[in-house]
Amino acid sequence: MQTPKTNQQKKIQVDSSSMDRIHPMENVLRMDRIPHIWCPGCGIGLAVTAFAAALEKAEIDLSKIVIVSGIGCTGRVAGYVKLDSFHTTHGRAIAFATGIKVANPDMKVVVFSGDGDLIAIGGNHFIHAARRNIDMLVVCVNNFIYAMTGGQVAPTTPLTAYATTCPFGCVEPPFNIPYLADSSGAVYVARWTTLHVRRLTNAFVEALNKKGFSVVEAISPCAQYYSRINRLGDGLDMMRYYHDNAEIRNGEDTKNLDIDFQGKIIVGKFIDRERPSYTDRYNEWLSKVKGGENEPG
Amino acid sequence: MIVARTGNEAMAEAMRQINPDVVAAYPITPATEIVQLFAKFVNDGLVDTEFVPVESEHSACSACCGASASGARVMTSTASQGLALMHEILFIAAGLRLPITICLVNRSLSSPINIHCDHSDTMASRDAGWLQIYTENAQEAYDTTIQLVKMAEQALLPGIVSTDAFIISHGMERVELIDDKEVPKFLGERKVNYSLLDVDNPITLGPLDLQDYFFEHKRSEIDAMDNVLPIIEKVQKEFGDKFGRYYPIVDEYKLDDAEVAILVMGSTGGTAKVAVERMREKGKKVGLIRARVYRPFPKDAMTKALSKVKVIGVMDRSDTMSTLGGHLYNDARSILYKSDNQPLMKNYIYGLGGRDISIEEIEAIYEQLFDIQKSGEVDKDVVYFGVRGE
Ligand SMILES: Cc1ncc(C[n+]2csc(CCOP(=O)(O)OP(=O)(O)O)c2C)c(N)n1
Ligand code: SF4
Ligand SMILES: [Mg+2]
Repeated sequence: MQTPKTNQQKKIQVDSSSMDRIHPMENVLRMDRIPHIWCPGCGIGLAVTAFAAALEKAEIDLSKIVIVSGIGCTGRVAGYVKLDSFHTTHGRAIAFATGIKVANPDMKVVVFSGDGDLIAIGGNHFIHAARRNIDMLVVCVNNFIYAMTGGQVAPTTPLTAYATTCPFGCVEPPFNIPYLADSSGAVYVARWTTLHVRRLTNAFVEALNKKGFSVVEAISPCAQYYSRINRLGDGLDMMRYYHDNAEIRNGEDTKNLDIDFQGKIIVGKFIDRERPSYTDRYNEWLSKVKGGENEPG
Repeated sequence: MIVARTGNEAMAEAMRQINPDVVAAYPITPATEIVQLFAKFVNDGLVDTEFVPVESEHSACSACCGASASGARVMTSTASQGLALMHEILFIAAGLRLPITICLVNRSLSSPINIHCDHSDTMASRDAGWLQIYTENAQEAYDTTIQLVKMAEQALLPGIVSTDAFIISHGMERVELIDDKEVPKFLGERKVNYSLLDVDNPITLGPLDLQDYFFEHKRSEIDAMDNVLPIIEKVQKEFGDKFGRYYPIVDEYKLDDAEVAILVMGSTGGTAKVAVERMREKGKKVGLIRARVYRPFPKDAMTKALSKVKVIGVMDRSDTMSTLGGHLYNDARSILYKSDNQPLMKNYIYGLGGRDISIEEIEAIYEQLFDIQKSGEVDKDVVYFGVRGE
């Protein structure tokens, strides 16, 4: 199958010309859509900037990448990147992305979405794409709530934290996203906060170069809802909290990565392993049944 | 008590006074606030409700079914994509005759994505076997929420009461609240003949039902729809007798001596009433019909209303995507097929994705209806009003 050529840009040159840009990342951002909707102090922009830097660093062919988002503040990412992108429905980004990947196995598929989108309403797709080991990078911006709709409790809200639909404090234990990804079969799993811009960028670079289902969780401040209702200050205060409470433990057992309200946040790269991807297995099986006649793809 | 409330606040107040046993919900703009306010009532101990912030609308509707099957009084709230995601379960609730009340805010369905008002969401669910009542303002939304719980429980049918996104949901209006003590009295306890968790009489819900009995069960569901209008009327009358606000099945406004009329639903009814006043000041005999109860479709009352005038402009805030125009238009035309008195009819699809409709635009539509009356002919049956390139 042919990959449609829709994007004019080829590999970006990493050179000094980036100094002439209005924004250092303007080659991958839709400048006509800026200013964006994100609030002052929000971490989503940091995650996007780190991701844009990773695209340069990993020398990704921009005509071969597609960004898929669900719905939410983070879901808006698909509309701000000057790349092929798909703003899908709430919870279904991974399912749409699966279709894109199997139809165009040589495309680099990146899902960029929020914790609610990927882990609440879309949780089913998350575990099944990991199980199949669909070759895609999932960037999960985790701000512990459904921010877009006004800060409601999510399956990522730490126990006892407040949210607009749990003014009594969260009584449900949250998901530990790296553990969920690991136990479902992901081949690359990392977690950083949006304070760790350099490490987050490196994680994106590694994950972009990895074949298989990769998950990078970016813990991110929602200054508007999460920190306000929990009286945690503004975006900068959240950054200070990350600074004081994030502990790097590369290779830590993912079981130990629960996030307690205002407790330590363990960050690092936890999983980096090999498993045949869905398309590899599929092509291998096809060649077997068709006796070598199969053209991969 | 007279207060200032938005449509969402008014619906949340109604839910507080109803004090349902179970609320399961997932947030979505512009309905989020209803349950968010309700969560605060739970927190403040103002209701006895078990509130579950589930992980999707599909789960919300499923949880509501489970709770309703166990005899609980159950409510939820959603809009647009949320209702679409409930779609599968809507049919389960209706087929199992489980009363559930949804406080819905009408918002257009993706794609393209949009958060503003049209009626595509509820119209896409109109065949699910749920009662559907569209309201004109915050007061009606509040009153109807309370009424619908009673209607649904008496008819053993689930129901949707809706407001127009932002126009009603976020618009602040004067609302008269009923005394807190009066609402539970008006509703009474939910009476259940068969329920889960009745240990002496175990029942099974949802088993396979093939060629032998499926049809009879579906027929009985249709019977329930056939028989529900008198229940709706009775509850509306009881409500009026008790609280002084009477609601009709079909809302007629200055229709009796009108020559032409508009048929409309939702908040545009209010805008159109002002247009009627203005036209009447100019001596033009115009009237208005507002479809309040839309499912079941009140064919007798609607036929009577439609037959009063010579020309009808049907304003639909949704399209059937069948090339046949809007939903309301198709229903209205269909009931007039055997009528002796058939007004000329033109369909105006308007306001998709929240595009505003003004009093002046409605006046312009009335003028077009007079032209039709004069010529005796409808040039084009379906037009798209207020869209570029039309
Ligand atoms: C089926 C459906 N249900 C609900 C919504 C409303 N909705 C939009 S975004 C969102 C939550 C977003 O949370 P998250 O994915 O964590 O992203 P964030 O805004 O926090 O970045 C919800 C509930 C929707 N668009 N579609
Ligand atoms: S609401 Fe929260 S997550 Fe959304 S843009 Fe604002 S700060 Fe960011
Ligand atoms: Mg979130």
